[in-house]
Amino acid sequence: MVGALLSLVAQERTAVVAGDGGALAAGAWVIVVAPLVAAFAIVWFGKRMRWGGAELAIGAIGLVLGYASLLLIRHHQDGIVSEHQVQIARVGRFDLEWGWVTDGLSIMMFFVIGLVSLACFVYAAGYLKGEARYTWFFAAFSLFAGAMLLLVSAPNLVQLLVGWELVGVASYLLIGHYWEQQENSSAGIKAFIVNRVGDVGLVIGIAVLAWTVGSFRISDILAAAVDKDPALAKVAVAAGILLFIGAMGKSAQFPLHVWLPDAMAGPTPVSALMHAATMVTAGVYLLARMFPLYRELAQDASDVVLVIGVITLLIAGLLALVQRDLKRVLAYSTVSQLGYMTAAMGAGAYTAGLFHLFTHAFFKSLLFLGAGSAIHAVHSNDLHQMGGLRKFMPTTFRTFVVGSLALSGIPVFAGFFSKDEILAAFNAEQLRVALAVGLLAAFITAFYMTRAVLLAFFGTYRSHGHPQESPRILTNPLLLLAGLATVVGFLNIPGVTSTFADWVGTRRFSPLDHHAEGFDWPVVLAGVGAGLAGIICGYWLYARDAATQADRDRFRIPLLWPLLERKYYLDDLYAAGIVNPIKGPIARGVEWVNGYVIDGVVNATGMLTQRLGDLVYRRLDQGGIDRGINGISVGTGLLGGVLRFLQGGKVQQYATGLFAGVLVLVTSVLVFR
Amino acid sequence: MTVSQFLILAAALFSIGVYGVLVRRNAVLVLLSVELMLAGVNINLVAFQRYMNDSPATGQMFALFVITVAAAEVGIGLAIVLLIFRNKASANLDELDLMRW
Repeated sequence: MVGALLSLVAQERTAVVAGDGGALAAGAWVIVVAPLVAAFAIVWFGKRMRWGGAELAIGAIGLVLGYASLLLIRHHQDGIVSEHQVQIARVGRFDLEWGWVTDGLSIMMFFVIGLVSLACFVYAAGYLKGEARYTWFFAAFSLFAGAMLLLVSAPNLVQLLVGWELVGVASYLLIGHYWEQQENSSAGIKAFIVNRVGDVGLVIGIAVLAWTVGSFRISDILAAAVDKDPALAKVAVAAGILLFIGAMGKSAQFPLHVWLPDAMAGPTPVSALMHAATMVTAGVYLLARMFPLYRELAQDASDVVLVIGVITLLIAGLLALVQRDLKRVLAYSTVSQLGYMTAAMGAGAYTAGLFHLFTHAFFKSLLFLGAGSAIHAVHSNDLHQMGGLRKFMPTTFRTFVVGSLALSGIPVFAGFFSKDEILAAFNAEQLRVALAVGLLAAFITAFYMTRAVLLAFFGTYRSHGHPQESPRILTNPLLLLAGLATVVGFLNIPGVTSTFADWVGTRRFSPLDHHAEGFDWPVVLAGVGAGLAGIICGYWLYARDAATQADRDRFRIPLLWPLLERKYYLDDLYAAGIVNPIKGPIARGVEWVNGYVIDGVVNATGMLTQRLGDLVYRRLDQGGIDRGINGISVGTGLLGGVLRFLQGGKVQQYATGLFAGVLVLVTSVLVFR
Repeated sequence: MTVSQFLILAAALFSIGVYGVLVRRNAVLVLLSVELMLAGVNINLVAFQRYMNDSPATGQMFALFVITVAAAEVGIGLAIVLLIFRNKASANLDELDLMRW
């Protein structure tokens, strides 16, 4: 009933632009309200319900997905671009409003968030079965999805900020869900605080923009940007960089990426949702939403975005190489992929960046949920404890491989099309360094995913107990996401289909985006080549490793590594010589070349890459950034320890201080006037 | 009657109130002293309103508001003092330092 009232109010204040989507768009508030209402309802009634409140959360997110699908179909047919606003208050010359944007960009986000959340919610219902605080978890999870939808639907920057902060709060609750262990609650606090650092930039950026333009509405600000408003032109670069600082916090861009790997402390479905559809995509979404501002007035800020994105994509990729924790491999991989999206936004490739966000949401949630399924069976995150899971968990294995291939950018799978589009955009913009780093990162991505797959699923099982395939409530979401990760790439094949470009391009102040007319063949070949080379390198280095089970730790000691590898090689050669003694000197000669020359090159490449990754991880990430942040915390703690003696609890002491202060102020005014 | 006479009276009342707030040990008397301070302020408000011939009588209206708020404040304050007294059998402010670090 409240909803009906709200929609009545909203209809009166509708600002129609073109193809407004009618009642369907006017009722889109349901998408935002449903999960938020569900979150509160779960807190109140959840414990008394049969499934502990999970059914409320799943129902609400199902409603979101259904409504978003309707919107998407309608948008595909007619194109919906509309804004609805409900005024809440007026403060000075600013209107405070709640509203919802229904255009290509937000409808695409509604759909992704709805779909990935539904998969994660259903999965979580099975994954957390029988654990403490089950009901509370689903309340926070619903809040998480609802907050992200609030952010994405925001037609003004205040609502965007509210959603932004709510996402932060919900993530804090979820990361620290297992707060019985100190490090988990520390991880939650770390995520919250690092995000706050970015939020300072965001808040100042919003204030600057609103003050200059005189309105919080994004459409007003973008209109001023498109008109090249002189007042806005003066502050646009600063505002662009400030907004990007906010995006760096949420989207885990270097050097604010430190929270994301620690955020693995949360339950796996949380990691999956956080890394795919909600939270980390918020920064990229902000850049996409404000894209006309960057294009028209803040080209310099755009360059900053590009540089940070490229740095992030390389550094995080290298870090992923040396992780033992399966979820940490995926976490650094997410940071790296977010670097691709950010760099694409910085390079002006609006569609390409969003397309990668879209495909990445499906395959990264798939990988995380698959990792969760494996972890559930083995009871450990450690890659060294896994191994041979291929035989025990066929469904998990197959879907995980699909996700890995998509992430590695192998053709047909979704990641190929989106990554290729970003690389092609770098090429079209003559950004040679970005293109080179992008290709290198594609190689590294394929390399560490191959390593993870081999260590987890091949060879022999190395831990206790008998792992079993997860129940269907866990594997069905995997199958759904695996299907999507295979097919969604076809939405935007250069020169063939442009469905996705049409979706996200249909909005106000649509960016002049160059959608490729056809494949940029040299880039395609280089990208696929880099991916295949990564897979081959990974296979050469880790296939035997996975099979033999010996010296599981040696890849952590890069100096010893080649020696050990040589020894393995000789063993192999010896065995081959016994099994096939009649192959003759030529075959042996070829094998010698194969073994020493090719293996040597491959091993040297792998070793160098790993040493570099290890160095970056220890020196830069752990030694530099983490230590700096810890130092600030310790300093704050010490200062607090001294200052607390001021709080004696004696009211009259406080009052004496207060009156003494007034006296000093009044006297100084009288004397120095 | 010049306005300064009223101001002196108000200042005197306010200062007595401040003295009481800072020095008295009994919570009830501290509350009473707060009332004295508020009374001093009210006299100022009314005196200035009269002095400046301000119309409508903003100063008097404010004085009424202050009285209303003061009544509410004393109501809550006394209730708190009463509860503390029941719990600790004392209303001595020196013994009430629970709200410290």
